[in-house]
Amino acid sequence: MAVSADIKRIAIASGKGGTGKTLLSTNLAACISRSYPTLLVDLDVEEPDDFLFIGGVLQKSLVQYKFIPDWNETQCTFCDSCSDHCRFHAILRLGESIVVFNELCHSCFACSELCPSGAIRMKPQKIGETKEFVTGNLRFIHSCLEIGEEQAVPLIHKTLQLVRNQTGNLPVQLYDCPPGASCPMVAATKDADFVILVAEPTPFGIHDFMLAASTVRMLGKPFAAVINRSDMGDDSLEDYCNTGNIPVLAKIPFSNKISKLYSEGSLVFGNCDVMNPALEKIADYIIQLKLNP
Amino acid sequence: MNEIVILSGKGGTGKTSIAAALASLAGNEVVIADCDVDASNMHLLLQPDFHFSEDFYSGHLARIHPEKCMKCGLCIMKCRFEAIILTGDDYMIDPVSCEGCGYCQMICPLQAISMEERLSGKFYISRTRINNVLVHASLDIAAGNSGKLVAKVKSEARKIAVSEHIPFIIVDGPPGIGCPVISSLAGATFVLIITEPTVSGIHDLERLIPLIRHFRARMACIINKSDINISKTKEIHDYLKQQNILHIADIPYDSLFMESMVKGLTITETGSPLSGQLVNIWTTIKEFLKN
Repeated sequence: MAVSADIKRIAIASGKGGTGKTLLSTNLAACISRSYPTLLVDLDVEEPDDFLFIGGVLQKSLVQYKFIPDWNETQCTFCDSCSDHCRFHAILRLGESIVVFNELCHSCFACSELCPSGAIRMKPQKIGETKEFVTGNLRFIHSCLEIGEEQAVPLIHKTLQLVRNQTGNLPVQLYDCPPGASCPMVAATKDADFVILVAEPTPFGIHDFMLAASTVRMLGKPFAAVINRSDMGDDSLEDYCNTGNIPVLAKIPFSNKISKLYSEGSLVFGNCDVMNPALEKIADYIIQLKLNP
Repeated sequence: MNEIVILSGKGGTGKTSIAAALASLAGNEVVIADCDVDASNMHLLLQPDFHFSEDFYSGHLARIHPEKCMKCGLCIMKCRFEAIILTGDDYMIDPVSCEGCGYCQMICPLQAISMEERLSGKFYISRTRINNVLVHASLDIAAGNSGKLVAKVKSEARKIAVSEHIPFIIVDGPPGIGCPVISSLAGATFVLIITEPTVSGIHDLERLIPLIRHFRARMACIINKSDINISKTKEIHDYLKQQNILHIADIPYDSLFMESMVKGLTITETGSPLSGQLVNIWTTIKEFLKN
Protein backbone atom coordinates (compact mmCIF):
# COMPACT_ATOMS: atom_id res chain seq x y z
CA MET A 1 0.00 0.00 0.00
CA ALA A 2 1.35 3.43 -0.91
CA VAL A 3 1.73 5.67 2.09
CA SER A 4 0.79 9.28 1.70
CA ALA A 5 3.45 11.82 2.59
CA ASP A 6 0.96 13.36 5.02
CA ILE A 7 1.15 10.32 7.25
CA LYS A 8 3.86 10.51 9.90
CA ARG A 9 5.03 7.18 11.21
CA ILE A 10 7.30 7.78 14.19
CA ALA A 11 9.20 5.04 16.01
CA ILE A 12 10.11 5.72 19.63
CA ALA A 13 13.18 3.67 20.52
CA SER A 14 16.06 3.88 22.96
CA GLY A 15 18.98 1.45 23.10
CA LYS A 16 19.04 1.29 26.89
CA GLY A 17 15.94 0.04 28.68
CA GLY A 18 14.07 2.17 31.18
CA THR A 19 14.92 5.54 29.64
CA GLY A 20 11.29 6.59 29.18
CA LYS A 21 9.99 5.14 25.89
CA THR A 22 6.66 4.13 27.41
CA LEU A 23 6.38 7.42 29.29
CA LEU A 24 6.98 9.43 26.12
CA SER A 25 4.92 7.23 23.76
CA THR A 26 1.79 7.21 25.90
CA ASN A 27 1.89 10.88 26.87
CA LEU A 28 2.75 12.01 23.36
CA ALA A 29 -0.14 9.94 22.00
CA ALA A 30 -2.50 11.56 24.51
CA CYS A 31 -1.18 15.02 23.63
CA ILE A 32 -1.27 14.70 19.82
CA SER A 33 -4.63 12.91 19.74
CA ARG A 34 -6.30 16.05 21.12
CA SER A 35 -5.77 17.61 17.67
CA TYR A 36 -5.19 14.74 15.21
CA PRO A 37 -6.45 11.20 14.84
CA THR A 38 -3.53 9.23 16.24
CA LEU A 39 -2.40 5.62 16.31
CA LEU A 40 -0.23 4.22 19.10
CA VAL A 41 1.27 0.77 18.58
CA ASP A 42 3.07 -1.04 21.41
CA LEU A 43 5.74 -3.11 19.68
CA ASP A 44 7.69 -3.93 22.85
CA VAL A 45 5.94 -7.29 22.65
CA GLU A 46 8.09 -8.99 25.31
CA GLU A 47 7.06 -6.47 27.95
CA PRO A 48 4.25 -4.33 26.54
CA ASP A 49 3.29 -1.71 29.12
CA ASP A 50 1.49 1.06 27.21
CA PHE A 51 -1.90 -0.50 28.03
CA LEU A 52 -1.29 0.27 31.71
CA PHE A 53 -1.57 3.96 30.82
CA ILE A 54 -3.93 3.98 27.84
CA GLY A 55 -7.39 2.61 28.37
CA GLY A 56 -10.04 2.55 25.69
CA VAL A 57 -12.78 0.34 24.42
CA LEU A 58 -11.67 -3.01 23.06
CA GLN A 59 -12.48 -3.18 19.32
CA LYS A 60 -10.99 -6.51 18.41
CA SER A 61 -8.67 -9.18 19.63
CA LEU A 62 -6.61 -11.43 17.41
CA VAL A 63 -4.53 -14.51 18.21
CA GLN A 64 -1.23 -14.43 16.29
CA TYR A 65 0.49 -17.53 14.99
CA LYS A 66 3.74 -18.64 13.50
CA PHE A 67 3.96 -21.74 11.34
CA ILE A 68 5.98 -24.77 12.34
CA PRO A 69 6.39 -28.16 10.63
CA ASP A 70 4.10 -31.05 11.48
CA TRP A 71 5.25 -34.54 10.53
CA ASN A 72 2.88 -37.03 8.95
CA GLU A 73 4.28 -40.47 9.66
CA THR A 74 2.25 -42.37 7.07
CA GLN A 75 3.53 -40.31 4.13
CA CYS A 76 7.18 -40.12 5.22
CA THR A 77 9.78 -42.09 3.25
CA PHE A 78 12.66 -41.05 5.54
CA CYS A 79 14.58 -39.46 2.72
CA ASP A 80 16.09 -36.88 5.14
CA SER A 81 15.30 -34.00 2.80
CA CYS A 82 13.77 -31.99 5.67
CA SER A 83 16.66 -32.31 8.08
CA ASP A 84 19.20 -31.76 5.29
CA HIS A 85 17.49 -28.53 4.33
CA CYS A 86 17.06 -27.07 7.81
CA ARG A 87 19.97 -24.81 8.73
CA PHE A 88 18.59 -24.28 12.22
CA HIS A 89 18.57 -27.98 13.17
CA ALA A 90 14.92 -27.57 14.04
CA ILE A 91 13.90 -30.83 12.38
CA LEU A 92 15.83 -34.05 12.87
CA ARG A 93 15.42 -37.73 12.22
CA LEU A 94 15.76 -39.80 15.35
CA GLY A 95 15.51 -43.48 14.46
CA GLU A 96 12.13 -44.07 12.88
CA SER A 97 10.64 -40.71 13.66
CA ILE A 98 11.07 -37.07 12.69
CA VAL A 99 11.32 -34.69 15.62
CA VAL A 100 10.60 -30.95 15.44
CA PHE A 101 12.15 -28.44 17.85
CA ASN A 102 9.61 -25.63 17.66
CA GLU A 103 11.76 -23.03 19.39
CA LEU A 104 14.52 -23.41 16.79
CA CYS A 105 12.21 -23.09 13.80
CA HIS A 106 12.32 -19.82 11.82
CA SER A 107 9.27 -20.68 9.69
CA CYS A 108 11.12 -20.60 6.36
CA PHE A 109 8.89 -23.44 5.04
CA ALA A 110 11.83 -25.15 3.25
CA CYS A 111 11.31 -28.52 4.98
CA SER A 112 7.62 -28.56 4.09
CA GLU A 113 7.75 -27.24 0.54
CA LEU A 114 10.77 -29.35 -0.44
CA CYS A 115 9.47 -32.61 1.05
CA PRO A 116 9.03 -34.90 -1.96
CA SER A 117 6.28 -36.96 -0.34
CA GLY A 118 4.18 -34.22 1.24
CA ALA A 119 4.85 -35.62 4.71
CA ILE A 120 5.45 -32.24 6.30
CA ARG A 121 2.74 -29.62 6.53
CA MET A 122 3.07 -26.35 8.35
CA LYS A 123 0.76 -25.92 11.31
CA PRO A 124 -0.01 -22.77 13.26
CA GLN A 125 1.40 -22.23 16.74
CA LYS A 126 0.27 -19.35 18.92
CA ILE A 127 2.99 -16.75 19.52
CA GLY A 128 0.91 -14.00 21.06
CA GLU A 129 -2.11 -11.81 20.88
CA THR A 130 -2.92 -8.42 19.38
CA LYS A 131 -5.66 -6.18 20.72
CA GLU A 132 -7.05 -2.97 19.35
CA PHE A 133 -8.62 -0.25 21.51
CA VAL A 134 -10.17 3.13 20.81
CA THR A 135 -10.33 6.07 23.15
CA GLY A 136 -11.49 9.39 21.67
CA ASN A 137 -9.23 10.28 18.78
CA LEU A 138 -6.67 7.66 19.72
CA ARG A 139 -6.50 4.17 18.31
CA PHE A 140 -4.22 1.88 20.31
CA ILE A 141 -2.78 -1.48 19.25
CA HIS A 142 -1.20 -3.74 21.84
CA SER A 143 0.70 -6.94 21.03
CA CYS A 144 1.82 -9.35 23.70
CA LEU A 145 4.24 -12.26 23.23
CA GLU A 146 3.37 -15.64 24.77
CA ILE A 147 5.56 -16.34 27.79
CA GLY A 148 8.20 -18.88 26.76
CA GLU A 149 8.10 -17.92 23.08
CA GLU A 150 11.65 -16.93 22.15
CA GLN A 151 11.21 -14.92 18.99
CA ALA A 152 9.72 -11.47 19.28
CA VAL A 153 10.40 -10.48 15.67
CA PRO A 154 7.62 -12.53 13.98
CA LEU A 155 5.01 -11.00 16.28
CA ILE A 156 6.36 -7.50 15.60
CA HIS A 157 6.11 -8.17 11.85
CA LYS A 158 2.55 -9.49 12.18
CA THR A 159 1.53 -6.45 14.20
CA LEU A 160 2.98 -4.07 11.63
CA GLN A 161 1.21 -5.98 8.86
CA LEU A 162 -2.07 -5.45 10.67
CA VAL A 163 -1.26 -1.76 11.08
CA ARG A 164 -0.51 -1.40 7.36
CA ASN A 165 -3.71 -3.15 6.33
CA GLN A 166 -6.17 -1.71 8.77
CA THR A 167 -5.04 1.52 10.36
CA GLY A 168 -2.40 2.66 7.88
CA ASN A 169 -4.22 5.86 7.00
CA LEU A 170 -4.19 7.57 10.41
CA PRO A 171 -2.16 10.77 10.04
CA VAL A 172 0.02 10.38 13.14
CA GLN A 173 1.34 6.95 14.09
CA LEU A 174 3.60 6.30 17.07
CA TYR A 175 5.42 2.96 17.40
CA ASP A 176 6.72 2.21 20.91
CA CYS A 177 9.75 -0.04 20.24
CA PRO A 178 11.59 -2.67 22.30
CA PRO A 179 14.88 -1.64 23.94
CA GLY A 180 18.23 -2.54 22.43
CA ALA A 181 19.73 -2.05 19.01
CA SER A 182 19.41 -5.51 17.51
CA CYS A 183 16.77 -7.51 15.66
CA PRO A 184 13.59 -6.68 17.67
CA MET A 185 14.35 -2.96 17.62
CA VAL A 186 15.21 -3.10 13.91
CA ALA A 187 11.96 -4.94 13.15
CA ALA A 188 9.92 -2.39 15.12
CA THR A 189 11.42 0.62 13.32
CA LYS A 190 11.05 -1.01 9.88
CA ASP A 191 7.97 0.95 8.74
CA ALA A 192 8.84 4.21 10.46
CA ASP A 193 9.65 7.37 8.53
CA PHE A 194 11.38 8.94 11.49
CA VAL A 195 12.86 7.66 14.75
CA ILE A 196 12.91 9.41 18.13
CA LEU A 197 15.57 8.01 20.46
CA VAL A 198 14.81 8.57 24.13
CA ALA A 199 18.04 8.77 26.10
CA GLU A 200 19.26 9.69 29.54
CA PRO A 201 22.45 11.68 30.13
CA THR A 202 24.36 9.01 32.03
CA PRO A 203 27.36 6.94 30.90
CA PHE A 204 25.12 3.88 30.29
CA GLY A 205 22.59 6.09 28.54
CA ILE A 206 25.12 7.69 26.19
CA HIS A 207 26.79 4.40 25.37
CA ASP A 208 23.51 2.76 24.40
CA PHE A 209 22.27 5.89 22.63
CA MET A 210 25.34 5.73 20.38
CA LEU A 211 24.58 2.08 19.58
CA ALA A 212 20.96 2.84 18.76
CA ALA A 213 21.98 5.87 16.69
CA SER A 214 24.37 3.71 14.63
CA THR A 215 21.61 1.20 13.99
CA VAL A 216 19.15 3.87 12.89
CA ARG A 217 21.82 5.44 10.64
CA MET A 218 22.51 2.08 9.08
CA LEU A 219 18.81 1.67 8.39
CA GLY A 220 18.95 5.04 6.63
CA LYS A 221 16.24 6.63 8.74
CA PRO A 222 16.24 10.25 9.90
CA PHE A 223 16.22 10.54 13.67
CA ALA A 224 16.38 12.88 16.64
CA ALA A 225 16.88 12.64 20.41
CA VAL A 226 14.71 13.39 23.39
CA ILE A 227 16.70 13.68 26.62
CA ASN A 228 14.86 12.35 29.64
CA ARG A 229 15.87 13.15 33.25
CA SER A 230 17.90 15.87 31.54
CA ASP A 231 19.15 17.51 34.72
CA MET A 232 20.94 14.39 35.96
CA GLY A 233 24.28 12.97 34.87
CA ASP A 234 26.36 15.35 32.75
CA ASP A 235 26.42 17.23 29.42
CA SER A 236 28.17 14.62 27.30
CA LEU A 237 24.95 13.37 25.68
CA GLU A 238 23.95 16.81 24.49
CA ASP A 239 27.51 17.53 23.34
CA TYR A 240 27.49 14.29 21.38
CA CYS A 241 24.18 15.22 19.71
CA ASN A 242 25.41 18.72 18.87
CA THR A 243 28.65 17.44 17.36
CA GLY A 244 26.85 14.80 15.36
CA ASN A 245 24.09 17.16 14.15
CA ILE A 246 21.45 15.11 15.89
CA PRO A 247 18.52 17.40 16.74
CA VAL A 248 17.51 17.36 20.41
CA LEU A 249 13.74 17.78 20.20
CA ALA A 250 13.15 18.32 23.87
CA LYS A 251 14.49 17.78 27.35
CA ILE A 252 12.37 16.35 30.14
CA PRO A 253 13.77 17.22 33.57
CA PHE A 254 13.69 14.68 36.41
CA SER A 255 10.56 15.20 38.46
CA ASN A 256 9.17 13.39 41.46
CA LYS A 257 5.69 14.13 40.12
CA ILE A 258 6.45 12.32 36.85
CA SER A 259 7.92 9.32 38.71
CA LYS A 260 4.93 9.14 41.04
CA LEU A 261 2.30 9.40 38.29
CA TYR A 262 4.18 6.89 36.12
CA SER A 263 4.57 4.44 39.00
CA GLU A 264 0.80 4.47 39.50
CA GLY A 265 -0.05 3.92 35.86
CA SER A 266 -1.31 7.45 35.26
CA LEU A 267 -0.57 9.65 32.29
CA VAL A 268 1.37 12.78 33.16
CA PHE A 269 -0.34 14.73 30.38
CA GLY A 270 -3.66 16.01 31.66
CA ASN A 271 -2.77 15.33 35.30
CA CYS A 272 0.18 17.67 35.73
CA ASP A 273 1.72 20.15 33.31
CA VAL A 274 5.37 19.38 34.03
CA MET A 275 5.84 17.50 30.75
CA ASN A 276 3.72 19.83 28.62
CA PRO A 277 6.47 22.08 27.21
CA ALA A 278 8.44 19.03 26.04
CA LEU A 279 5.37 17.23 24.67
CA GLU A 280 4.21 20.27 22.73
CA LYS A 281 7.65 20.81 21.20
CA ILE A 282 7.85 17.19 20.10
CA ALA A 283 4.27 17.21 18.80
CA ASP A 284 4.92 20.38 16.75
CA TYR A 285 8.08 18.87 15.35
CA ILE A 286 6.22 15.74 14.27
CA ILE A 287 3.33 17.64 12.72
CA GLN A 288 5.65 19.93 10.76
CA LEU A 289 8.02 17.15 9.76
CA LYS A 290 8.62 17.12 5.99
CA LEU A 291 9.17 13.57 4.87
CA ASN A 292 10.57 12.49 1.56
CA PRO A 293 7.77 10.58 -0.13
CA MET B 1 29.98 -23.39 41.31
CA ASN B 2 26.89 -21.22 41.62
CA GLU B 3 25.44 -19.14 38.87
CA ILE B 4 23.51 -15.99 39.82
CA VAL B 5 21.46 -14.69 36.90
CA ILE B 6 20.26 -11.11 37.30
CA LEU B 7 17.05 -10.32 35.43
CA SER B 8 14.28 -7.74 35.58
CA GLY B 9 11.80 -7.97 32.72
CA LYS B 10 11.59 -4.20 32.54
CA GLY B 11 14.69 -2.30 31.46
CA GLY B 12 16.40 0.33 33.56
CA THR B 13 15.58 -1.11 36.98
CA GLY B 14 19.24 -1.22 38.00
CA LYS B 15 20.46 -4.70 37.00
CA THR B 16 23.91 -3.58 35.89
CA SER B 17 24.50 -1.13 38.76
CA ILE B 18 23.62 -3.80 41.32
CA ALA B 19 25.52 -6.57 39.49
CA ALA B 20 28.62 -4.34 39.37
CA ALA B 21 28.29 -3.50 43.07
CA LEU B 22 28.09 -7.21 43.95
CA ALA B 23 31.06 -7.88 41.67
CA SER B 24 33.15 -5.27 43.41
CA LEU B 25 32.25 -6.78 46.80
CA ALA B 26 32.94 -10.32 45.69
CA GLY B 27 36.30 -9.55 44.03
CA ASN B 28 37.98 -12.68 42.77
CA GLU B 29 35.22 -14.90 44.16
CA VAL B 30 33.25 -14.26 40.98
CA VAL B 31 33.39 -14.46 37.24
CA ILE B 32 31.10 -11.85 35.71
CA ALA B 33 29.24 -12.64 32.52
CA ASP B 34 27.71 -9.60 30.82
CA CYS B 35 24.87 -11.21 28.89
CA ASP B 36 23.17 -8.00 27.82
CA VAL B 37 25.12 -8.34 24.58
CA ASP B 38 22.74 -6.06 22.75
CA ALA B 39 23.55 -3.04 24.92
CA SER B 40 26.26 -4.08 27.34
CA ASN B 41 27.27 -1.58 30.02
CA MET B 42 29.23 -3.53 32.61
CA HIS B 43 32.54 -2.55 31.02
CA LEU B 44 31.77 1.13 31.67
CA LEU B 45 31.99 0.54 35.43
CA LEU B 46 34.59 -2.20 35.63
CA GLN B 47 37.07 -0.99 32.98
CA PRO B 48 38.15 -4.36 31.66
CA ASP B 49 41.44 -4.87 29.82
CA PHE B 50 39.94 -6.74 26.79
CA HIS B 51 42.97 -9.04 26.86
CA PHE B 52 41.27 -11.66 24.71
CA SER B 53 38.99 -10.88 21.82
CA GLU B 54 37.54 -13.03 19.09
CA ASP B 55 35.16 -12.49 16.18
CA PHE B 56 31.80 -14.12 16.73
CA TYR B 57 30.26 -15.78 13.69
CA SER B 58 26.73 -16.97 13.88
CA GLY B 59 24.23 -17.99 11.27
CA HIS B 60 24.47 -17.32 7.57
CA LEU B 61 23.66 -14.66 5.05
CA ALA B 62 22.58 -15.29 1.46
CA ARG B 63 24.54 -13.70 -1.37
CA ILE B 64 23.37 -13.43 -4.97
CA HIS B 65 26.02 -13.63 -7.66
CA PRO B 66 24.71 -11.26 -10.35
CA GLU B 67 26.76 -12.82 -13.15
CA LYS B 68 24.90 -16.11 -12.72
CA CYS B 69 21.46 -14.69 -11.90
CA MET B 70 18.86 -14.85 -14.70
CA LYS B 71 16.32 -12.90 -12.62
CA CYS B 72 13.73 -15.66 -12.71
CA GLY B 73 12.29 -14.39 -9.43
CA LEU B 74 11.87 -17.80 -7.81
CA CYS B 75 13.89 -16.70 -4.75
CA ILE B 76 11.68 -13.65 -4.20
CA MET B 77 8.61 -15.86 -4.40
CA LYS B 78 9.91 -18.36 -1.86
CA CYS B 79 11.54 -16.05 0.69
CA ARG B 80 9.26 -15.63 3.71
CA PHE B 81 11.30 -12.76 5.13
CA GLU B 82 11.07 -10.22 2.30
CA ALA B 83 14.86 -10.38 2.28
CA ILE B 84 15.32 -10.37 -1.48
CA ILE B 85 14.83 -7.00 -3.07
CA LEU B 86 14.85 -5.79 -6.61
CA THR B 87 17.13 -2.74 -6.89
CA GLY B 88 16.90 -1.35 -10.38
CA ASP B 89 17.51 -4.46 -12.46
CA ASP B 90 19.36 -6.48 -9.86
CA TYR B 91 18.22 -8.88 -7.21
CA MET B 92 19.91 -8.14 -3.89
CA ILE B 93 19.83 -9.53 -0.36
CA ASP B 94 18.68 -7.23 2.40
CA PRO B 95 21.07 -8.32 5.17
CA VAL B 96 18.79 -6.98 7.90
CA SER B 97 15.85 -9.13 6.82
CA CYS B 98 17.75 -12.28 5.77
CA GLU B 99 17.36 -15.02 8.39
CA GLY B 100 19.97 -17.23 6.77
CA CYS B 101 17.60 -20.15 6.17
CA GLY B 102 19.17 -20.95 2.81
CA TYR B 103 15.88 -21.77 1.09
CA CYS B 104 16.72 -19.41 -1.80
CA GLN B 105 20.07 -21.11 -2.30
CA MET B 106 18.45 -24.56 -2.39
CA ILE B 107 15.90 -23.71 -5.02
CA CYS B 108 17.87 -21.35 -7.28
CA PRO B 109 17.95 -23.20 -10.64
CA LEU B 110 21.28 -21.59 -11.63
CA GLN B 111 23.11 -21.89 -8.30
CA ALA B 112 23.44 -18.13 -8.32
CA ILE B 113 23.05 -17.87 -4.56
CA SER B 114 25.60 -18.86 -1.95
CA MET B 115 25.36 -18.85 1.83
CA GLU B 116 28.15 -17.15 3.74
CA GLU B 117 29.04 -17.20 7.40
CA ARG B 118 27.86 -14.12 9.13
CA LEU B 119 30.07 -12.04 11.41
CA SER B 120 27.68 -10.88 14.11
CA GLY B 121 29.79 -9.52 16.90
CA LYS B 122 32.82 -9.74 19.12
CA PHE B 123 33.50 -11.77 22.19
CA TYR B 124 35.93 -10.75 24.98
CA ILE B 125 37.59 -12.09 28.10
CA SER B 126 38.97 -9.45 30.45
CA ARG B 127 40.44 -8.78 33.83
CA THR B 128 38.63 -5.82 35.43
CA ARG B 129 40.15 -2.95 37.42
CA ILE B 130 38.98 -4.70 40.60
CA ASN B 131 40.50 -7.99 39.54
CA ASN B 132 37.41 -10.01 38.57
CA VAL B 133 37.27 -11.99 35.38
CA LEU B 134 34.71 -10.44 33.03
CA VAL B 135 33.37 -12.35 30.03
CA HIS B 136 31.58 -9.98 27.69
CA ALA B 137 30.61 -9.37 24.11
CA SER B 138 29.24 -6.86 21.70
CA LEU B 139 26.67 -7.67 19.11
CA ASP B 140 27.14 -5.91 15.78
CA ILE B 141 24.81 -3.13 14.77
CA ALA B 142 21.38 -4.49 13.84
CA ALA B 143 22.62 -8.08 14.13
CA GLY B 144 20.44 -10.98 15.17
CA ASN B 145 21.29 -14.17 17.04
CA SER B 146 21.90 -12.47 20.37
CA GLY B 147 20.76 -15.69 22.09
CA LYS B 148 23.71 -17.58 20.63
CA LEU B 149 26.18 -14.92 21.70
CA VAL B 150 24.69 -15.02 25.22
CA ALA B 151 25.14 -18.81 25.24
CA LYS B 152 28.78 -18.36 24.21
CA VAL B 153 29.44 -15.78 26.97
CA LYS B 154 27.87 -18.06 29.55
CA SER B 155 29.70 -21.18 28.49
CA GLU B 156 33.09 -19.41 28.53
CA ALA B 157 32.34 -17.94 31.97
CA ARG B 158 31.55 -21.44 33.24
CA LYS B 159 34.76 -22.87 31.79
CA ILE B 160 36.81 -20.18 33.50
CA ALA B 161 34.99 -20.61 36.83
CA VAL B 162 35.63 -24.36 36.75
CA SER B 163 39.25 -24.19 35.67
CA GLU B 164 40.17 -21.41 38.10
CA HIS B 165 38.03 -22.77 40.98
CA ILE B 166 35.98 -19.58 41.23
CA PRO B 167 32.81 -20.29 43.27
CA PHE B 168 30.34 -17.80 41.73
CA ILE B 169 29.28 -16.52 38.36
CA ILE B 170 27.25 -13.32 38.22
CA VAL B 171 25.28 -13.10 34.99
CA ASP B 172 24.05 -9.59 34.13
CA GLY B 173 21.05 -10.38 31.97
CA PRO B 174 19.17 -8.49 29.27
CA PRO B 175 15.71 -6.94 29.68
CA GLY B 176 12.58 -8.62 28.30
CA ILE B 177 11.55 -12.28 28.26
CA GLY B 178 12.61 -13.30 24.73
CA CYS B 179 15.52 -15.20 23.22
CA PRO B 180 18.52 -13.57 24.96
CA VAL B 181 16.75 -13.85 28.34
CA ILE B 182 15.87 -17.49 27.73
CA SER B 183 19.47 -18.09 26.73
CA SER B 184 20.68 -16.38 29.94
CA LEU B 185 18.38 -18.66 31.94
CA ALA B 186 19.52 -21.93 30.37
CA GLY B 187 21.07 -24.08 33.07
CA ALA B 188 20.62 -21.40 35.75
CA THR B 189 20.13 -22.50 39.34
CA PHE B 190 19.42 -19.10 40.88
CA VAL B 191 17.86 -15.91 39.56
CA LEU B 192 18.11 -12.56 41.32
CA ILE B 193 15.26 -10.34 40.15
CA ILE B 194 15.63 -6.55 40.30
CA THR B 195 12.30 -4.80 40.04
CA GLU B 196 10.92 -1.34 40.75
CA PRO B 197 7.64 -0.22 42.34
CA THR B 198 5.88 0.99 39.19
CA VAL B 199 2.94 -0.53 37.34
CA SER B 200 5.24 -1.50 34.48
CA GLY B 201 7.85 -2.94 36.86
CA ILE B 202 5.16 -5.14 38.42
CA HIS B 203 3.57 -6.16 35.11
CA ASP B 204 6.94 -7.17 33.67
CA LEU B 205 7.81 -9.04 36.88
CA GLU B 206 4.60 -11.03 36.59
CA ARG B 207 5.61 -12.09 33.08
CA LEU B 208 9.17 -12.94 34.07
CA ILE B 209 8.38 -15.22 37.02
CA PRO B 210 6.52 -17.95 35.08
CA LEU B 211 9.42 -18.01 32.61
CA ILE B 212 11.92 -18.53 35.46
CA ARG B 213 9.68 -21.24 36.95
CA HIS B 214 9.72 -22.99 33.61
CA PHE B 215 13.50 -23.34 34.03
CA ARG B 216 13.02 -24.58 37.61
CA ALA B 217 15.52 -22.05 38.92
CA ARG B 218 15.28 -20.75 42.48
CA MET B 219 14.75 -17.03 42.78
CA ALA B 220 14.92 -14.02 45.05
CA CYS B 221 13.93 -10.42 44.52
CA ILE B 222 15.27 -6.95 45.25
CA ILE B 223 13.03 -3.89 44.91
CA ASN B 224 15.13 -1.00 43.69
CA LYS B 225 14.07 2.66 44.09
CA SER B 226 11.63 1.26 46.66
CA ASP B 227 10.62 4.65 48.06
CA ILE B 228 9.33 6.17 44.80
CA ASN B 229 5.98 4.52 45.49
CA ILE B 230 5.60 2.91 48.91
CA SER B 231 2.20 1.37 48.21
CA LYS B 232 3.47 -0.31 45.00
CA THR B 233 6.45 -1.60 46.99
CA LYS B 234 4.00 -3.08 49.49
CA GLU B 235 2.07 -4.62 46.60
CA ILE B 236 5.26 -6.32 45.39
CA HIS B 237 6.00 -7.61 48.94
CA ASP B 238 2.55 -9.22 49.03
CA TYR B 239 2.95 -10.66 45.56
CA LEU B 240 6.36 -12.16 46.40
CA LYS B 241 4.95 -13.70 49.58
CA GLN B 242 2.04 -15.17 47.68
CA GLN B 243 4.43 -16.56 45.05
CA ASN B 244 6.72 -17.88 47.78
CA ILE B 245 9.71 -15.93 46.46
CA LEU B 246 12.41 -14.71 48.84
CA HIS B 247 12.43 -10.94 49.20
CA ILE B 248 15.99 -9.88 49.91
CA ALA B 249 15.93 -6.11 50.18
CA ASP B 250 14.34 -2.79 49.37
CA ILE B 251 16.92 -0.33 48.07
CA PRO B 252 15.73 3.29 48.30
CA TYR B 253 16.23 5.70 45.44
CA ASP B 254 19.65 7.31 45.71
CA SER B 255 21.11 9.74 43.18
CA LEU B 256 24.53 8.43 44.22
CA PHE B 257 23.89 5.44 41.92
CA MET B 258 24.02 7.82 39.00
CA GLU B 259 26.76 10.02 40.40
CA SER B 260 29.00 7.02 40.93
CA MET B 261 28.21 5.82 37.40
CA VAL B 262 29.36 9.18 36.02
CA LYS B 263 32.64 8.67 37.88
CA GLY B 264 32.95 5.11 36.55
CA LEU B 265 32.60 3.63 40.02
CA THR B 266 30.25 1.12 41.61
CA ILE B 267 27.99 2.35 44.41
CA THR B 268 29.98 0.42 47.03
CA GLU B 269 33.10 2.39 46.16
CA THR B 270 31.55 5.77 46.94
CA GLY B 271 31.08 5.63 50.69
CA SER B 272 27.31 5.70 50.20
CA PRO B 273 25.23 4.49 53.15
CA LEU B 274 23.86 1.92 50.68
CA SER B 275 27.22 0.13 50.70
CA GLY B 276 26.34 -1.58 53.97
CA GLN B 277 23.05 -2.74 52.50
CA LEU B 278 24.78 -4.23 49.46
CA VAL B 279 27.23 -6.07 51.73
CA ASN B 280 24.20 -7.58 53.49
CA ILE B 281 22.61 -8.49 50.18
CA TRP B 282 25.73 -10.32 49.03
CA THR B 283 25.92 -12.18 52.37
CA THR B 284 22.23 -13.14 52.13
CA ILE B 285 22.67 -14.47 48.60
CA LYS B 286 25.67 -16.56 49.62
CA GLU B 287 23.75 -17.96 52.60
CA PHE B 288 20.76 -18.73 50.39
CA LEU B 289 22.94 -20.57 47.90
CA LYS B 290 24.56 -22.67 50.63
CA ASN B 291 21.22 -24.23 51.53
